[in-house]
Amino acid sequence: MAPTFGKCFTFCCAETSPEGDEMATESYEAAIKGLNDLLSKKTDLGNVAAEKIKVLTQELKELDSSNNDAVERIKSGFTHFKTEKYLKNDALFSDLAKGQSPKFLVFACSDSRVCPSHILNFQPGEAFVVRNIANMVPPFDQKRHSGVGAAVEYAVVHLKVENIVVIGHSCCGGIKGLMSIEDDAAPTQSDFIENWVKIGAPARNKIKEENQDLSYDDQCNKCEKEAVNVSLGNLLSYPFVRAAVVKNTLAIRGAHYNFVKGTFDLWELDFKTTPAYAFS
Amino acid sequence: MVVSSISRKKPSLYNALAKSQNPKFLVFACSDSRVSPSHILNFQPGEAFEIRNIANMVPLFDKTQHSGAGAAMEYPITKLNVENILVIGHSRCGGIKALMSIEDDAAPNKSVFIENWVKIGTSAKNKIKEEFKDLSFEEQCTHCEKEAVNVTLGNLLSYPFVRERVEKGKLALRGAHYDFVDGTFELWELDVKTTPAFAFS
Repeated sequence: MAPTFGKCFTFCCAETSPEGDEMATESYEAAIKGLNDLLSKKTDLGNVAAEKIKVLTQELKELDSSNNDAVERIKSGFTHFKTEKYLKNDALFSDLAKGQSPKFLVFACSDSRVCPSHILNFQPGEAFVVRNIANMVPPFDQKRHSGVGAAVEYAVVHLKVENIVVIGHSCCGGIKGLMSIEDDAAPTQSDFIENWVKIGAPARNKIKEENQDLSYDDQCNKCEKEAVNVSLGNLLSYPFVRAAVVKNTLAIRGAHYNFVKGTFDLWELDFKTTPAYAFS
Repeated sequence: MVVSSISRKKPSLYNALAKSQNPKFLVFACSDSRVSPSHILNFQPGEAFEIRNIANMVPLFDKTQHSGAGAAMEYPITKLNVENILVIGHSRCGGIKALMSIEDDAAPNKSVFIENWVKIGTSAKNKIKEEFKDLSFEEQCTHCEKEAVNVTLGNLLSYPFVRERVEKGKLALRGAHYDFVDGTFELWELDVKTTPAFAFS
């Protein structure tokens, strides 16, 4: 299998035509020639070939329209951004071209319905955003969780954000997956999903124990919020987070966006050490 | 704190989304505050499942070291059946700059996590440093931002659930580069196919 890169588009102000059409035409013509050669020797295959060609033609029509749809959607999306935002905010984008200084590090779920730019109206430059399944922050682990670690390190140490917000949400598929795990020791049914959402296992255990009388859906709703608290606690396992929180240069908050009701809950994590007693 | 209802302006959209999501796109974008796909591609709620991390990287299939990336792909591809994957690199990427600044891969890291993560793109860095020796560091970084997207597109194929859908024509893979200095957006596709096999006997 030799992957190749084809059909490059550049969207600025002009359209560029796709490349690679010549090569595609050559291989198609060779294939048609091969088919014609075969059918001229074996004429009884004509009907079979006709049926298969009809199916192939239909498949290619659907593929072509879905490919064109995707490219058109991307192109029209960028054009909208360019004309409505980029060209109308020259000063902002000139500044952003030089550097970023966001005040927020935001963890949000990858769910298509909960983008922080929509629900909190963050503008370009305001929020450094990490999005993963169920908006989880795993505990410090240089081997198993370098992705989240790198994002937290960059935001806290290099960009020096002042706020971290972890946003859970309603109808979260990842939390539902977590709540559906009956037995932690059983073999997983997925390649990755269960191992990842098990980061929130303490939340699931707590909710299942304290809310045995609630419906499954209500338990999931509570777990969405409790899992945020697990993530907030996990944030403190990163030494650079802890140091900034203790110095009061970093605030940590949890949130829950409910798109069924249209509500947004926000809470803080209070973390402090008392002065030490000195025994001698 | 209660936010005034957003569903007032688009009730039918939000009612439908409350029941389920059916995004056509799985998008990888950098966590950089300047490159939210909702802004630059005007994605509306429900359109795009988004994964955002440092330098928009996808590591090779690895259940132990990279369960986060794997989970974030497994869900939209196998449960939501997204039809398009889009990996978007961008100008002035701090993660790519960090990658390009690594002089010696064997030297001890200066960071706790960052270098280990961006080293996913090492083959891009090596290719650019070799092919563009005469360019400035900044120009090399720009080339690396795009080549690292290609490394990620290749890494995507190390996930069986991606490969089988690409082979069947059910999933399209595209790379992109958003340049907020120039205001441009490049888009390209990854063509993957197997030729019919020769059968020797």
